[in-house]
Amino acid sequence: MSIYADLILDHYKNPRNNKMLEDPTSTVDVNNPLCGDKLHMELSEKDGVVEHIGFTGDGCAISIASASMLTEYAKGKNVSELVDLSGQDVIGLLGIELTPNRMKCALLSWEALIKLIQ
Amino acid sequence: MNVKKDFPIFNAHPELVYLDSGATSLKPQPVIDAIVAYYSTYSANIHRGLYKISEKASAEYEDTRSVVARFINAPSPNEIIFTSGTTESINLLTSTIGGSSVGQGDEVVTTVMEHHANFVPWQQLAFNTGADFKVIDINENHELGIMKEDGHIDLTNIITKKTKIFTITLVSNTLGTINPVKEIIAAVKAINPSVITVVDAAQAAPHLSIDVQDLGCDFLAFSGHKMLGPTGVGVLWGRKQLLDSMPPYQLGGDMINEVSLEKTTYAKTPHKFEAGTPHIAGVIGLKAAITYLQQIGLDTIAKHEHALASYAIDQINKEFGDEVAMLGPSDMGQRAGIVTFTFGTIHAHDISQILDDNNIAVRAGHHCTMPLHTRLDITASTRASFYVYNTQEDVDKLVMGLKKVKQTLS
Repeated sequence: MSIYADLILDHYKNPRNNKMLEDPTSTVDVNNPLCGDKLHMELSEKDGVVEHIGFTGDGCAISIASASMLTEYAKGKNVSELVDLSGQDVIGLLGIELTPNRMKCALLSWEALIKLIQ
Repeated sequence: MNVKKDFPIFNAHPELVYLDSGATSLKPQPVIDAIVAYYSTYSANIHRGLYKISEKASAEYEDTRSVVARFINAPSPNEIIFTSGTTESINLLTSTIGGSSVGQGDEVVTTVMEHHANFVPWQQLAFNTGADFKVIDINENHELGIMKEDGHIDLTNIITKKTKIFTITLVSNTLGTINPVKEIIAAVKAINPSVITVVDAAQAAPHLSIDVQDLGCDFLAFSGHKMLGPTGVGVLWGRKQLLDSMPPYQLGGDMINEVSLEKTTYAKTPHKFEAGTPHIAGVIGLKAAITYLQQIGLDTIAKHEHALASYAIDQINKEFGDEVAMLGPSDMGQRAGIVTFTFGTIHAHDISQILDDNNIAVRAGHHCTMPLHTRLDITASTRASFYVYNTQEDVDKLVMGLKKVKQTLS
């Protein structure tokens, strides 16, 4: 089965939250040494809640779609709830089966999010 | 050329379109047979057993040295050192002659198109010794910037009286550029005859005939696994006079002359550089690989790959026009059978994944040339590399696969 499911392609072609914020409370840069992909993510937190979140970067369809879907998921959630989010939860969010190599692409945005809120 | 039948992997995967020989090559039956024969009929250690199967193993191992020497036209088999691959060959140099000849204020010179194997060891040697690390840039045609339009090689401010090491790849694993190494080395030595010149032939040895005496270099390194041989075996060739003057690389068994409580004396070149039990099966497999390549003929192989690369570039350009940006020289005469490109904004990993869904294996990423990718201002590229078993049909399937990539992702 192809990993390029309609939902993934939709988020790749029209990524949500693909922007910088005006007034972020924290920012982070992560990269995938396997392919050189870079991801910048930032969020603004208010009263323990993710108020705004955005990302920029170059990446493959899986990493872009994953950043798009994860930021959409995180927006409006309590930080205390997000710190418990596991990599497996993120894969579940994407709804596709990934080989070990592509797992790193899918989890780059999760690595960024966890670094932002820890 | 129809040699697919010699490669048993195509029995296991008849649909496989293998376009990643730049990473490693497939193995023909005679190579597999040679390895199996060693392990199943004379799997003894070399250089020590006074019995028949050990003598046979030693003879096969040492005969490979002669076969390799003839393969690259080395003056003597004693100049052939077996290593685990190009990477170890280069590391052997940086940790022996590198340490003894490079110091504070000296210069180590390389190029921006090197594979990390011929870049990182020299870079770190320079950093650790306080030497200057100088990197020759490429021009817009993806050849070395020292090549001027009139054919002149300009090494002004690059090679000086302080230069100790000059190291260069014969064929770029990413751009496919064939560097005019003979002419460049002559130009280097014209400025400073004492520069030690090193050639990375990992991408050249499988595809082009090599003559170390004609190249005029001091050292040349390559790997077995990229030229139909087994993984874990490679070669370092060096001028005997230099090898004799170098300290040993690793210490231990098989590299000594005499050991006492007070001192150790070392074996002569090349055994001085081969401590411990080597990869005997690998060396024997390498001999079978070279024999196989010579039966086809290196010139025939070069022509075959060149034709496939030309066809691939034409077909891809015809189908996708400006959407695809080809890396490497536009002059096909300067190129080996390597076709690397970027495809609009589509990431190389996605290209590779969708091609794999269609049983086409290509390389995606930076191909161990991060400085080159940074220089080209790209994070990743897609590489199709060709070898003896590839056909025009493989190229047609690649183009079909790229059409599917486009349909899916744009």
